[in-house]
Amino acid sequence: MSTYTAGLLADVGILTLGALSVYIILATGQLSLGNAGFMAIGAYLTSYLTVAAGVPLTPALLIAAISSGLIGVVIGFPALRLKGIFLAMATLGFGEMVRSLFLNLDVTGGAGGFHGMAHISVTYVWIWVGLILLLVWLMESSRVWLEMRAVADDETAANLIGLNTTMTKIGAFGMSAAVAAVSGGLFAHHHVYIEPGNFGFERSIDFVLAVILGGSTLGAGSLVGAALLVLLPEQLRALDDWRPAAFGALLIIVLLVRRQGILDRTLLRRIVPHKQTA
Amino acid sequence: MFLQQLVNGVTLGAVYTLLALSFSIVMGILGILNLAIAELFMIGGYLGFAVITANLPLPVAVAAGMAGAAAISAIIEKVGYEPLRDAPLVTPMLSTLGFSIILQNIATNVWGSDPLQLPDEFLGGRINLGSVSIGELQLIVVGVTTALVAIMAYIVQRTSTGRALRAVAENRDVARLLGVSGGRITLMAFMMSGALAGAAGVLIAIHYAAITPYVGVEIGLKAIAVMVIGGTSRIWGALLAGPLIGIAEVLTVAYGGSQIRDFVVYGLMIVILLFRPQGLLGGSGVDQGQRV
Amino acid sequence: MSKPLLQLSDVTKSFGGIKALSGLSCEVRQGQIVGVIGPNGAGKTTLFNVITGAYRANSGNVYLDQQPITHWRPYRIARAGAVRTFQNIRLFSSMTVWEHLLVAQPGQGSLWRRVLPTRWTDGAAIARAEEVLEFFGLKEVRHQSARSLSYGTQRKVEMARALTANPKMLLLDEPVAGMNHDEAEEIRHLMLRLRDGGLTILLIEHDMSFVMNLCDYLYVLDFGVLIAKGLPREIQSDPIVMDAYLGKEA
Repeated sequence: MSTYTAGLLADVGILTLGALSVYIILATGQLSLGNAGFMAIGAYLTSYLTVAAGVPLTPALLIAAISSGLIGVVIGFPALRLKGIFLAMATLGFGEMVRSLFLNLDVTGGAGGFHGMAHISVTYVWIWVGLILLLVWLMESSRVWLEMRAVADDETAANLIGLNTTMTKIGAFGMSAAVAAVSGGLFAHHHVYIEPGNFGFERSIDFVLAVILGGSTLGAGSLVGAALLVLLPEQLRALDDWRPAAFGALLIIVLLVRRQGILDRTLLRRIVPHKQTA
Repeated sequence: MFLQQLVNGVTLGAVYTLLALSFSIVMGILGILNLAIAELFMIGGYLGFAVITANLPLPVAVAAGMAGAAAISAIIEKVGYEPLRDAPLVTPMLSTLGFSIILQNIATNVWGSDPLQLPDEFLGGRINLGSVSIGELQLIVVGVTTALVAIMAYIVQRTSTGRALRAVAENRDVARLLGVSGGRITLMAFMMSGALAGAAGVLIAIHYAAITPYVGVEIGLKAIAVMVIGGTSRIWGALLAGPLIGIAEVLTVAYGGSQIRDFVVYGLMIVILLFRPQGLLGGSGVDQGQRV
Repeated sequence: MSKPLLQLSDVTKSFGGIKALSGLSCEVRQGQIVGVIGPNGAGKTTLFNVITGAYRANSGNVYLDQQPITHWRPYRIARAGAVRTFQNIRLFSSMTVWEHLLVAQPGQGSLWRRVLPTRWTDGAAIARAEEVLEFFGLKEVRHQSARSLSYGTQRKVEMARALTANPKMLLLDEPVAGMNHDEAEEIRHLMLRLRDGGLTILLIEHDMSFVMNLCDYLYVLDFGVLIAKGLPREIQSDPIVMDAYLGKEA
């Protein structure tokens, strides 16, 4: 495999995780436009731990994921009192604030960026992606995921049958933050140089695009979306200058014509032989 | 020095006010966040810039920016909003996001990613009042903003169109029963907000004497913060919050460094969202209904 | 049997200047089926909303099993044992019937059990869901999406969902509205069986014959005020009640 192809595949994996982080919070009916903020936290924290504190990569990633998750929970408490568009605006603000924060944080290089990370292989990236995809896949058949879907379908009714919807949303937010952080840590160690500009609004939008285009009703959709966003431009080199517009148009078309995105359970069942389970 | 910053802040604030009004119209009448507004702002700036460099007078530039942005906004309404108006609010919002991505890409391809500077002779003179120097251009920005806001106020409060807009904002179904066509009003709302955004774009190009394709993301999105801080349910909150945030931002840059300004502006937005979601000018927000 | 399961004491709820409930006091004893009737707009659904915590009473108190729940959050009241259905059916649009019977069950056990696939870790929940599915005769439609069901079946699913939450008391808001006679009879029998199994039921209903044939006790509301209470046969012949109904479209 050439370095170039490896790089592409790594980027697909990293974007898959970012998209999954948005998918998780979307499953409760909320949209986050600021998950690049958690990616940044993961990227910088992991990098600081491996470069300045000599922590091995895997523990560093775990520490960063848990820390980011905790931050997500802490800001989730006040933030998730907001609904719908207001929450989207707050997450947008959060993402921008985090980017601005890292612009000013000298210990991690500020505007000049941070480097010194050891390069990781595509395989390592995909081990993480595989594990997290597996975890999400398992969770999708769990009680917790049903509660999340109940919150998305009708939060009031969910409360009235005994579900603590606030806790559910906060938990989802924390998990979303943790997954985004892993995406960031892997990004940092694959590209071996990071700067605040890597984690701006455009990045948060990429995550959202991947989920909405790839499939917003199941975790595998994030993988499809990430592959689409990273690999399709490679096939259509002529479109290079118009790549963003093409995806913008694709987003609008999907919303108009097939709102659930490319992959949904019905399509999956047709592709993958499936036995009926309870 | 401080007074000088105030002047600069008010000028920036005027642009914020127009943009926040633009966001606020769509938010108030349709309940959605129209993310394309930030890029309509940017496109308006480029259109105005093209007119100015063609040596046409400033009012033509403003008109061009407004008309162009309003026209594009109408297209967005027909293609991206109208078919989705019954979907959960997040869906049309994502649709406007798609349009904003397309618009920014068009701008980078047509005009390039580098900033375009206005010719020096355009910059005009400055008026000196003691320690404060006010540029002619700055006066124009504030003047045009005041005029546009006054026109908006007149339309909303005094005309039948304005009454219809307010009716739809209150309750779409009831408005329809009363013979107000929701579709026509929605189109009006989109076009008005587009026009304001376009005007703001021309003004920001004048203020900075330059335009880039990134002005939408860099400045336009912050107008969302201004709208929230002023009060999303009160269109006129933008009048207060615009200059307020403009001054806050300019002071932050002057005394704290330009890197922190986004942190401050969005930080203020989040504080308001959490502690006073109705905004500075919003009502008392009494809890009357469901707690869930 | 001595202390009431549900007790309202002088409850008032206003919206702006309008008093939806005025000084309402009532009680429901364990094992009873109690009905709340009254003309449209009498405040019956508001009463349910106040009991279940969706609205907060302006004054007065609500007690569930002697606990003051007046200021509790809705999910806590539901967990404490008061679960409701809705006048305009609120099912979860993305879920199948089966999923509805899993989601409302009280979550017990560790986080692990609830985070991993239910079919592996929570046999008890599955068993309970099967039970309720059988009880309501919903086996054939278990995998159908809630949206695609007939109206009567949707109402059954809503009740079944509420039952899986293990309530002490079910609050049913117009459980047979829009149903034909046979469907309503089926519901009536189900409710009697539930009561025989120890469940307490409070219901709002407009169908008079349904109510008379089912309830142990009745409360009559009009304009947010309790105008009569008693056994069904007493209420049937009460002139005040007659007046209230004849004075408006029942």
